[in-house]
Amino acid sequence: MLAPSVSWHTVVGMMQHDDIWKILEGIPDPEIPVVSIAELGMIRGIDFDDTGTEAISITLSPTYSGCPATDTIISDIKNTLFDKGFKNTTVKIQLSPAWTTDWISASAISKLRAYGIAPPLPRGESQPECPQCNSTNTQLVSQFGSTPCKSLHCCMSCLEPFDYFKCH
Amino acid sequence: MNNNIEELSLSLFMGDNNLILSHRLSEWTGHAPVLEEELALANVALDLLGQARMWLEYAAEISEDYKTADDLAYKREIWEFRNVALVEQPNGHFGDTIVRQFYYDNWHKLILEHLYQSENERIAGIAEKSLKEVRYHLERSAQWTVLLGDGTEESHNKLQTSVNHFWPYALELCNTNTANSGFDDDLASLSRQTWIDSLSNIIAEATLQLPETEFSYSGGREGIHTEHLSLILAEMQCLPRAYPGTQW
Repeated sequence: MLAPSVSWHTVVGMMQHDDIWKILEGIPDPEIPVVSIAELGMIRGIDFDDTGTEAISITLSPTYSGCPATDTIISDIKNTLFDKGFKNTTVKIQLSPAWTTDWISASAISKLRAYGIAPPLPRGESQPECPQCNSTNTQLVSQFGSTPCKSLHCCMSCLEPFDYFKCH
Repeated sequence: MNNNIEELSLSLFMGDNNLILSHRLSEWTGHAPVLEEELALANVALDLLGQARMWLEYAAEISEDYKTADDLAYKREIWEFRNVALVEQPNGHFGDTIVRQFYYDNWHKLILEHLYQSENERIAGIAEKSLKEVRYHLERSAQWTVLLGDGTEESHNKLQTSVNHFWPYALELCNTNTANSGFDDDLASLSRQTWIDSLSNIIAEATLQLPETEFSYSGGREGIHTEHLSLILAEMQCLPRAYPGTQW
């Protein structure tokens, strides 16, 4: 990766849209650190200002409107890009179209499952699989869990409680 | 004269209702009957707080008197708040909180579906974002209303008392034709009857009955509140008032 001392023009020459994307893919979600904010589908746009102000604008779509992680994510984006040489980053919040779990990448789905969180089900399905033993004999314990994006379930086969990343 | 008086009035109304109800719900933290319900109440409170912030940020942008959402939450006096009396009412027992929420969620979903159609992109965007969360809130408060209303004799009686108690306060949600409310005719089209119709299936399933009285509390939108709001604000605002400019 580039050292912070690299000048802007060199940086622009070397780092394109995809490279910024790769940097954002390295920023973990503050509450579910096993997946990145990019994998969760929160990054909706990367724009360069070509008028010489060396500015980058990142469009961010927050998951839940009250999620306390949103402010942390905004500062994580600015700080991480700053460390890579981008000194002038703004983060624009986009409410519409509203963030949906349909935007979560396939890679994040399998990471969530491995981490012990049942990933969001396809639309119309309502019985999450136990991430421990893969049983479909599971019960809803509470519609709300430890973060706004999850609900609490229990597996009736292995009796382990687990979080489900709600369809949203 | 502010050119965006209707937008300001609307965003303060939506923001204040959410803010004050969020505060009330968060009072359950540490007191809920079971852990799962404590999580649920706190999560709904958090969603409403986030939505309040989106509305109040918009209000602050068009307000001539306040610069930020925090200014609006922490620096206004009681008569500057535009919420209805329903959201100020004390939590009571768990059934009281559920009924108050059920009335509110039904109205909230209807008004957001209406605002989602707005030509104002900012208003439509906040409504779109909020609506997904509010549909989920309604699912939960409707389930609990049925569970308690159609539960034991005691839970049924308690819930019917809650339904009667909150009724005149809830009717205020649909009083759109008050003077100086800033609401345009389009928004006023969310009639009292539309809201009552939205309740009827669940209320019937819960073996409860809606009161027939048409008396409605009014005044919240003009800044006339019950004494409960003064106590909420005293608690909510005391720190930023004692230490102006305090940051997390």
